[in-house]
Amino acid sequence: MSSPSPRGGSQLEDPSGPDDDRGAGTTTLTRYQPPSLAASVHASLPRWSGAAAAALGALVAAALLAVADVHVALAVVVGAVVGIAAFVVAARAVEGARAATDRFVTALVTVAFVVALLPLVSVVWTTVSRGLARFDVAYWTQSMSGIIGEGGGAYHAIMGTLIVTGIATVISVPIGTMTAIYLVEYGGDNRLSRVVTFLVDVMTGIPSIVAGLFSLALFTLLFGPGLRIGVMGSIALCVLMIPIVVRAVEEMLRIVPARLRESSYALGVPKWRTIVKVVLPTAASGIASGVVLAVARVMGETAPLLVTVGLTSATNFNPLEGRMPVLPVFAYYQIKTPGIPPGAFIDRAWTAALVLILFVMALNVGARVLARALAPKTR
Amino acid sequence: MSRQIDVSDLDIYYGSFLAVEKVTMEIRPRSITALIGPSGCGKSTFLRSLNRMHEVIPGARVEGKVVLDGQDLYGPGVDPVAVRRSVGMVFQNPNPFPTMSIYDNVLAGMRLNNKRMRRSEADDVVEQSLRGANLWKEVQDRLDRPGAGLSGGQQQRLCIARAIAVQPQVLLMDEPCSALDPISTLAIEDLMGKLKEEYTIVIVTHNMQQASRVSDRTGFFNIEGTGKPGKLVEMDATDTIFSNPSVKATEDYVSGRFG
Repeated sequence: MSSPSPRGGSQLEDPSGPDDDRGAGTTTLTRYQPPSLAASVHASLPRWSGAAAAALGALVAAALLAVADVHVALAVVVGAVVGIAAFVVAARAVEGARAATDRFVTALVTVAFVVALLPLVSVVWTTVSRGLARFDVAYWTQSMSGIIGEGGGAYHAIMGTLIVTGIATVISVPIGTMTAIYLVEYGGDNRLSRVVTFLVDVMTGIPSIVAGLFSLALFTLLFGPGLRIGVMGSIALCVLMIPIVVRAVEEMLRIVPARLRESSYALGVPKWRTIVKVVLPTAASGIASGVVLAVARVMGETAPLLVTVGLTSATNFNPLEGRMPVLPVFAYYQIKTPGIPPGAFIDRAWTAALVLILFVMALNVGARVLARALAPKTR
Repeated sequence: MSRQIDVSDLDIYYGSFLAVEKVTMEIRPRSITALIGPSGCGKSTFLRSLNRMHEVIPGARVEGKVVLDGQDLYGPGVDPVAVRRSVGMVFQNPNPFPTMSIYDNVLAGMRLNNKRMRRSEADDVVEQSLRGANLWKEVQDRLDRPGAGLSGGQQQRLCIARAIAVQPQVLLMDEPCSALDPISTLAIEDLMGKLKEEYTIVIVTHNMQQASRVSDRTGFFNIEGTGKPGKLVEMDATDTIFSNPSVKATEDYVSGRFG
């Protein structure tokens, strides 16, 4: 046997070389000795050091812009690198290597967060600043009927969007919910449910223009070419919406604990009634918010509506007859074919975008409120 | 309300896997029957086969007879839903319905089955069931609160109230106290002593003191090894099982020599 290690660590014999009494065949494992707590105490950077590093980076970027003729993006990158480097070097000097690594990763994550947020803020800022010009009462109450220049509004397109999305929701939610119920409660892992799951996955990924062309082809086959009516748009949106609803409801049903179903069965409640009265109410909160988010997701779709609902300047409340204006298509044509003066058309397009964003935001807020109202309570 | 159950040559399968083999047992009315044994020996599986909850799991099936009140529960044309109405069950973890109030939880068995009741009738059922479960005094002034807001022990007694509200003939309890503290456990054990005057109770427990405290008869299940089916080793009066069992394995188990 080899002599005990100086720190009194444990030893293990290597089974591969039992006859070598010392050296190669014997592995000595020194027991891990954690550093003493006292030795790990170190100074730390002040709380404002992160902000200071960010300020330094901004300063470097600004200086670079002022002195040299460089692109803004390059200046920002250089500033960020300098700021992070200074932060990490300072942390290493004051706090030690492990803390410096921590600071470095924290800085990277923060920068990534800011980068991810930039386009979002930019979109909201641009839309709000340009859309406010026509964000007035007339925009919400007047159609474009008889308007050739300035003035008018998007009342017809707002109503069209609500009608087309509303019909799509009424069709998609029952189909999607029942599909999800089949997959979770009845299908198990059988062939049909595997096929349905696969198709739902595929449908989630199809380009939205394909959904529009599907609806166009369907109605052309049924009623002949050249038809443009509201429900064509609704059907196109359904193709996009059903898979989202299936996915959302399926996930919510799967997290309902099996023991709730079991305790319902144990009370002599049949399966279908267990689903209707125990499983669905328990999942209602998540289902409602999932459905609302699905509505928000398809509301702003442009391509499938462009080829199916057409555009008019007058309000049309009948989804079964005549072209039906909707906000995305309205915005598209205002930008693409502006009249005189062009500014009025472009302003109306931006306001249409703003109204759409407001609708989607309202739906998101509504989803949260609904989810909270329906969530099971504990007191 | 209390009936005898006769189990004969019951084999219980998960798919092609035989989980419990050839159980023959007589469960006497108005008494508490305890089932003990090491984990995985099939006692919970056996318990779930007594109200056809076993077949909720895909691929699960049984062979043999479970006769309640002259009727084979697995006979042709027997509706599992009807079986579960006469053989109630309380689970290991308290599981009141999270969307319902205390009041609605007690009535869940009726409400979920769309039974129409007058308000006064419903009030009576709720009070009787909660009194029967020793919970009435604690919750009588907050019946409209969610059942999920009660403590674990109270939730379990709420689940017992829910189970007895539909007036079953038999009450199955699958480790009803294993998630509870000693005080709640005592409350439920007291309750079982009271309930056996009206109901036939079968309880699965890992706690041998509990089995010896509450039960009249005890069945010992054991398993020879992983992948082998569980078997009923012996069944006798609780006193006999714990003091003078006839099989060596039983003696080893109850005296703590294994398991």
